[in-house]
Amino acid sequence: MIYLDYSATTPVDSRVVDMMTPYFSASFGNPSSVHRYGQVAEAAIDSARETVASVLNCSPEEIIFTSCGSESDNLAIRGAAYAMREKTGAKRILASRAEHPAVTKTLLHLEKYEGFLIDWLAVDEYGMITPQAVSKAINDNTALVSVMYANNEIGTINPIKEIAEICKAKDVLFHTDAVQAAAYLPIDVQALGLDMMSLGAHKFYGPKGVGALYVRKGTPLVSHLTGGGQEFSLRAGTQNVPYIVGFAEALRLTNEERDQRVTHVKPLRDQIIGVVLETIPDSRLTGHLESRLPHHASFAFKDVDGNLLLTLLDAAGFACSSGSACKTGNPEPSEVMNAIGLSRDWGLGSLRVTLGVHTTPADVDSFLNVLPGLIQKARMLK
Amino acid sequence: MTKVVVAMSGGVDSSVAAALLKEQGYDVIGMMLRLWSEPGKEDSNRCCTPDSMAQARRVAAKLDIPFYVIDAKSVFRETVVQYFLDGYARGETPNPCLICNRQIRWTFLLDHALALGADFMATGHYVRIQKAEGGRINLLRAVDRSKDQSYVLHVLNQEKLARALFPVGDYPKTEIRAIAEKHGLPTAARKDSQDLCFLAGEDYRNFLQRNAAEMLKPGEILTRDGRSIGEHNGLANYTIGQRKGLGIASLVPLYVLGKNSATNTLIVGTQEELGSRELTARDVNWLSGEIPGEPFPAEVKIRYTAKEAEALVTPINGNQAQVQFDAPQRDITAGQAAVFFQGDVMLGGGIII
Repeated sequence: MIYLDYSATTPVDSRVVDMMTPYFSASFGNPSSVHRYGQVAEAAIDSARETVASVLNCSPEEIIFTSCGSESDNLAIRGAAYAMREKTGAKRILASRAEHPAVTKTLLHLEKYEGFLIDWLAVDEYGMITPQAVSKAINDNTALVSVMYANNEIGTINPIKEIAEICKAKDVLFHTDAVQAAAYLPIDVQALGLDMMSLGAHKFYGPKGVGALYVRKGTPLVSHLTGGGQEFSLRAGTQNVPYIVGFAEALRLTNEERDQRVTHVKPLRDQIIGVVLETIPDSRLTGHLESRLPHHASFAFKDVDGNLLLTLLDAAGFACSSGSACKTGNPEPSEVMNAIGLSRDWGLGSLRVTLGVHTTPADVDSFLNVLPGLIQKARMLK
Repeated sequence: MTKVVVAMSGGVDSSVAAALLKEQGYDVIGMMLRLWSEPGKEDSNRCCTPDSMAQARRVAAKLDIPFYVIDAKSVFRETVVQYFLDGYARGETPNPCLICNRQIRWTFLLDHALALGADFMATGHYVRIQKAEGGRINLLRAVDRSKDQSYVLHVLNQEKLARALFPVGDYPKTEIRAIAEKHGLPTAARKDSQDLCFLAGEDYRNFLQRNAAEMLKPGEILTRDGRSIGEHNGLANYTIGQRKGLGIASLVPLYVLGKNSATNTLIVGTQEELGSRELTARDVNWLSGEIPGEPFPAEVKIRYTAKEAEALVTPINGNQAQVQFDAPQRDITAGQAAVFFQGDVMLGGGIII
């Protein structure tokens, strides 16, 4: 089997596993405890927080560890929405139509149950949000703007630095979901000018089940997981010490090796895009050609059942994913496919190929050898 | 390694089929079809509820085989459900499972299996196959006659039989349960229901009311000699041999003898008038691929649940067959299949006219 789905998740780096291992049984203390066991665990978390803070160029108190990227998005959006409504009465939230469900579903929830009003920003055909569109849409009642750094399905990178500048000028909070971006893009929160940023470890060779939220000092935020005073009283619950340690080490390595990783995947990714568009009829790239994640290739094929294509690929030994993938055989084009204006006959035929540190040129060659034939098979079966 | 796709349902039979093939050294892939359901009733299609899908997925994980779900909603609606509606519109009592086996399982799914590189496709049907002389492949009744499902598979042909494996047909049901237990597979079969999967557990009349109300036109109820004795509420609501629900006061019980869709009339009569010694079948499929040259004696089954009866079968007019029973048969119903056996061998069958 050849794994070409690194945007879904990545294998945990063995160096990360080594760092985590002592904190399961040997140093198992509860960081909140007064005794030595607790002190050792607390020290591990403090050190992890410092590591993350140094990568993000912020202070350790601005890092909140969570259970995943989705939880980080929830904390940022719900927390800021409640706090801003309390503080200023603002109850509009601005977000792009191509966000991850962790953002869109949270917003729909706030709209349905909490009376917030959501302004959905249309994206262009590449799935991109322009700073101008954000600028036009912000009004006095806007509590928060949330625009993802890079799109999970189509890889497009948004101009979040420019969007952050606009939000700052208009005195509106800005959150970005950087779960997909963190593996490859700079995440210096000062340089980017962000108020909040969500991260998840398993996208950059860390473990599943741990995430973090950067929250700029002074950002009004209400906790939504209430209980003990952990994580500066913003996220109750005994900290997951080994996973937090793993998060920090994975992020540190990613930061250190970022350039090498980009240099490794980008030419292979470019080869995939070039060959697919050249050799497969009725195919198109989804997302932006230049402003996209370097390991990410995504396509739409006309009159192909994307789900079936994944099945054929898997049976042939290649693990990929699709925007319309569905384990119950009930495919629908994803919101992102709709948002970039793809018709149903294209939108159902999406394919995402994402590379990583273990991808070899031989993997890519053999993938490109089988794909055209499988597309043809999928079209014949339709 | 020989690759085989197993059509899985989450039930005990197809789960054991997969387990047996794996044990026999095949490279096994599990597949399941997502079939059509009425909008809003997606969770009630007996053949692919979320529950049975989860069950099949767990079985596949237990057997350590890949598992895929294939979307067959639109092809199922266009072929099977349409056939069902068309049959009732013609005044017949259709059996859509036959079309499902021919068009969905053994065409649509088989094509997908072959596209995945499979050499064979297997199902959990209780039937057997046997290589006969001259390279011909026979479809045989199951060892466990009480579970035999060859009736719905008379629609296959030599080309499909050459790709077919039916691992459970060699075992009695009790043994299948024991094998399931041995492998730690789910042993609770779903209820053996005669209901059609897309009826979502309801009476077919409700389905027709919702999806083809225009075919339910009231008309006259006639005796065999043409006397009008009442009104029916749409021919599709009745089936041959039906006694209940006629709504006619009569000294003796009355039964549905026939339906005339040209005149939209329902013919009823007494128990003595039921039954016939002969039938004609259309669209007859001969599993050997050759039309028999002359009349032959056979055991004939006129419904999935009917007992087989001795008869003489005469091929006529290309793809029709005339069946002359030794004794009169009750409830010969247009739209159901009549299938022919000699011993354990399924010879073929067609749709009763």
